[in-house]
Amino acid sequence: MGMTTAVNPVEPLLRSERMPHLWCPGCGIGTTVNCFARALERSKLPLDKVAVVSGIGCTGRVAGYINLDSFHTTHGRAIPFATGLKLANPDLTVAVYSGDGDLISIGGNHFIHAARRNVDIKVICVNNFIYGMTGGQVAPTTPLGAVATTAPYGSFERPFNLPFLAESSGAVYVARWTAYHVQHIAHSMTEALRKKGFSFIEILAPCPTLYQRRNKLGDGLDTMRYYKERSVIKNGASTRDLDLDFQGEITVGKFVDVERPTLQETMDRLYRQRLEDRYFGWRQP
Amino acid sequence: MGTNATVAKPPKAAKFRGEVFINNDRCKGCGFCIEFCPPKVLVTSEKYNRHGYHPPALANETGCTGCDLCGLYCPDFAIYGIRVPIEGAVAQRA
Amino acid sequence: MNLVHADPKTVLTGAHFMDGNHAACEGAIAAGANFAAGYPITPSTEIVERFAARAPLVGATFLQMEDELASSIAILGAAWGGAKSFTVTSGPGFSLMMEHIGFAAMTETPSVFVDVQRGGPSTGLPTLPAQADMMQARWGSHGDYEIIALSPSSPQECFDVMIDAFNFAERYRNPVFVMMDESVGHMTEKVVIPSADRVLLVPRRYTCLPPSEYLPFKPSPDGIPEMARMGQGYHFHVTGLTHDASGYPAINAQTQQELLSRLVGKIRNDADKIARAEERQIEDARIVLVAYGITARVALRAVQLAREERIPAGLLRPIVVWPFPEKRIRELAGQAKAFIVVEMNQGQIVHEVERGVAGRARTVLVPHAGGAVHRPEAILEVIREVAQWA
Repeated sequence: MGMTTAVNPVEPLLRSERMPHLWCPGCGIGTTVNCFARALERSKLPLDKVAVVSGIGCTGRVAGYINLDSFHTTHGRAIPFATGLKLANPDLTVAVYSGDGDLISIGGNHFIHAARRNVDIKVICVNNFIYGMTGGQVAPTTPLGAVATTAPYGSFERPFNLPFLAESSGAVYVARWTAYHVQHIAHSMTEALRKKGFSFIEILAPCPTLYQRRNKLGDGLDTMRYYKERSVIKNGASTRDLDLDFQGEITVGKFVDVERPTLQETMDRLYRQRLEDRYFGWRQP
Repeated sequence: MGTNATVAKPPKAAKFRGEVFINNDRCKGCGFCIEFCPPKVLVTSEKYNRHGYHPPALANETGCTGCDLCGLYCPDFAIYGIRVPIEGAVAQRA
Repeated sequence: MNLVHADPKTVLTGAHFMDGNHAACEGAIAAGANFAAGYPITPSTEIVERFAARAPLVGATFLQMEDELASSIAILGAAWGGAKSFTVTSGPGFSLMMEHIGFAAMTETPSVFVDVQRGGPSTGLPTLPAQADMMQARWGSHGDYEIIALSPSSPQECFDVMIDAFNFAERYRNPVFVMMDESVGHMTEKVVIPSADRVLLVPRRYTCLPPSEYLPFKPSPDGIPEMARMGQGYHFHVTGLTHDASGYPAINAQTQQELLSRLVGKIRNDADKIARAEERQIEDARIVLVAYGITARVALRAVQLAREERIPAGLLRPIVVWPFPEKRIRELAGQAKAFIVVEMNQGQIVHEVERGVAGRARTVLVPHAGGAVHRPEAILEVIREVAQWA
C-alpha cells in the first residue's frame, strides 16, 4: 500500500468507534450506507443540517451508525417523528432510513399520510422481505410462497408493491433498486436529497441469515448475483406493474419524479392568502 | 494488467493508477468486493482476521483501476479504492 | 435557574370568559408552545381547534396527524427540532400514546401531554367526565420511569398549570401530563391571563460546550443532561435503547442500572420541590378529604357542609398529582383520624393515600364511575359516618 492519506469515503459519515456494526455477513444494509455517503457528498448539502431518523429493526440501526444528528425512534414511527422534526426545523434535510416491516407494516399509515401531505422528507426503505431483527417473520413485503418463521409453509398473502403504494399516496420521487445497483442507488439518493418533497427509494437487499437461508437461496452473494441477473432497469415504468414474485424478475429504476408543493409550502401559502398581515410566519427555535 | 483486464479498463489509464485499501478486521467475508470488482483483482485470502473471516487480498498489484466499486459494495466498510495520479503524489478519489 | 418572560405577542393578556379547554390552549401558547400535533377526540378537541386557529398568528405550527401514535411522536420530533411542543387527547387516544410516553422518558424529551379524561374503559363515555386515567398517566408505558402530572380544577387553573407543565418539562427534560377532565375542560368561567412579564418560563437547557466535548446524555450536577441544538454540528444520537452518556446503545445491566436510577431519581429526588397542593381548613381537620380536578370542587362543598355541622373536615387538593405528595399525607396522618379520598374512578389515588397514611389513620374511598360529578351530599354522608368514630 502506498503512503497516501486517503480515507474510505464512507468513513467521515460513520461513528467509527461503533464499528464493527451488528449486521450479518452478506447483509445489504451496509452497502446502502456507502451509497448514502456518496449521495450526501454529491448533494453538497451541509452535513450539519442533515438529520437521519430510523425506526426499529436491522435497518433501524442505521441512525446509530451515521455520524449526523440521528434518531433511533420507536417501531413504525420514524416518519411522524421526522415530520415533527422537519416542521419544527425547516432548515434541516431529514432522511428517514428504515426497513420494510417498520415503514410499511407497523408504520404503513404514517407512510401513506406523509406521502399524501408531501412532507419534505426522504424515505429510504431497505426491503429484505422479512423481519430480520426479530428472527425472520413474514412481512407485508414477503413474496407469495416464500417461507418465514411465522409462515412456515410459505406466505399466503399478497405483498405490497411499494413504489405503487408510494406513488398512489402522493410521493413526488419514487425509485427502486437492489443492493447490486450501487451506482444507481447513490444517484437516486442524491436526487432525492436535492429534491423537495416526499421522496421514496426502495432498495431490495439480502438477508442471508433469515430470508435467504430459510428459502434455500444461498448467501448474500448468491442474492446479489440473482439481483444482477434478474433485474431489469425500466426507468419511467408504471408503478402499477412493479409487483415482485418469489425469485422472479425485478423491475428497477426511477419511476416518479414530479413537482408538487410540499406540506410547508402549501401551509405557508394558504396562511399568507387567508391571514395576510396577521400571519406570523414560523418562529425559528 | 492482469489476466482479467478485458473486463474493464481504467479511464485515463495513462494518468492514474488504482490503489485499494483493506481494513481486514472489519471484513465479514461476504465476497461482494471480489465478485463485483470490474478488473477482478481481488481474491479471498488464506488468512483469518480476528473475527475468523477471510478478508480479501489484492491478487494483482497493477490491475486495480481505483474505481471504488468495492468501496460502494462492501457492507462492512472494510475496503475502498482510490485513483492516484501516476506522476504526482496527491491521492484523489474516484 | 434563569427564567425568561413570555413573548408579549403571544399572550392574550386580560380577563376572559372561556372554558378549560380554551384556557389550556392559551396556557400552552403563553408558555411558548410553538408546535402541537393532535388527533380529534372528544372531549379534548377544542384545545387543538383553538391552537389550529391561533398557531399561524403566533408563529406556531399545528398539524392534525393520522392518529395518536403519530401525534405523540411528532411532538417529540418537533421538540428535538427545537420546538416546545404538546399534544392533546382523551382516553382511547391516551392509550395509543403510551409507547411514546416511555420514549419521551427514555430520551429525556421535554414534552407535554394533555388528557381530558372521559369515562372508560374503551370508548366509554366520550362526552362525560371521569378521572380514571390517573394511574395510566403514572404507569401506562412499559418499564420503569417517572413522570410529572398536574390536575387543574378550574379553567383558570387549566391556563396556569399548562405553564407549569411546560416549565417542568424543560426543567426536568421529561414528559409532563395535564390531567384534565371533561367537566373542567367544558366548564366556562372567568380566566385572567396575566401580562407576558408575569409569565415566567424555563428556557431549554442547551449546552455551551463545543461538539468535541459534548456528551448528549452526560448528566449535569443535578442529574439532568443538557441538550444540543439540532443542526449545529453536534451530531448527537438519540435512541430509545438503553444508552450511556454518549447516547449510544449499551445493552447491559450496569448501564441500565445507571440510566434508570438517574431517570427515576431526577423526579423522585425533587418530589418535594415539584409538589403543589391547595389546603382548605386543614389546620384542625380530623377528617382530611383528598380530591383533585373537578372532584375537588365538589369535595370542598362537602367540607363546607360538614363544617356547618361542626365536623372538623378539611381538604387536601393535590395540583401536582404525580409525584404524589406522599410526604404531606404522612404529616397529616399524625393529626387526622381519617382520610376520605373522593375521585371519579373506582379507586386509584386512594392507594397512594393509603400508602402515605401507612395504617396510622383510616382511609375511605368515595368512588364514582364517571359520567357526572359526585353529589356533595353523598360525600357529606360519608363524612358524617366517618365522624362518628374519627
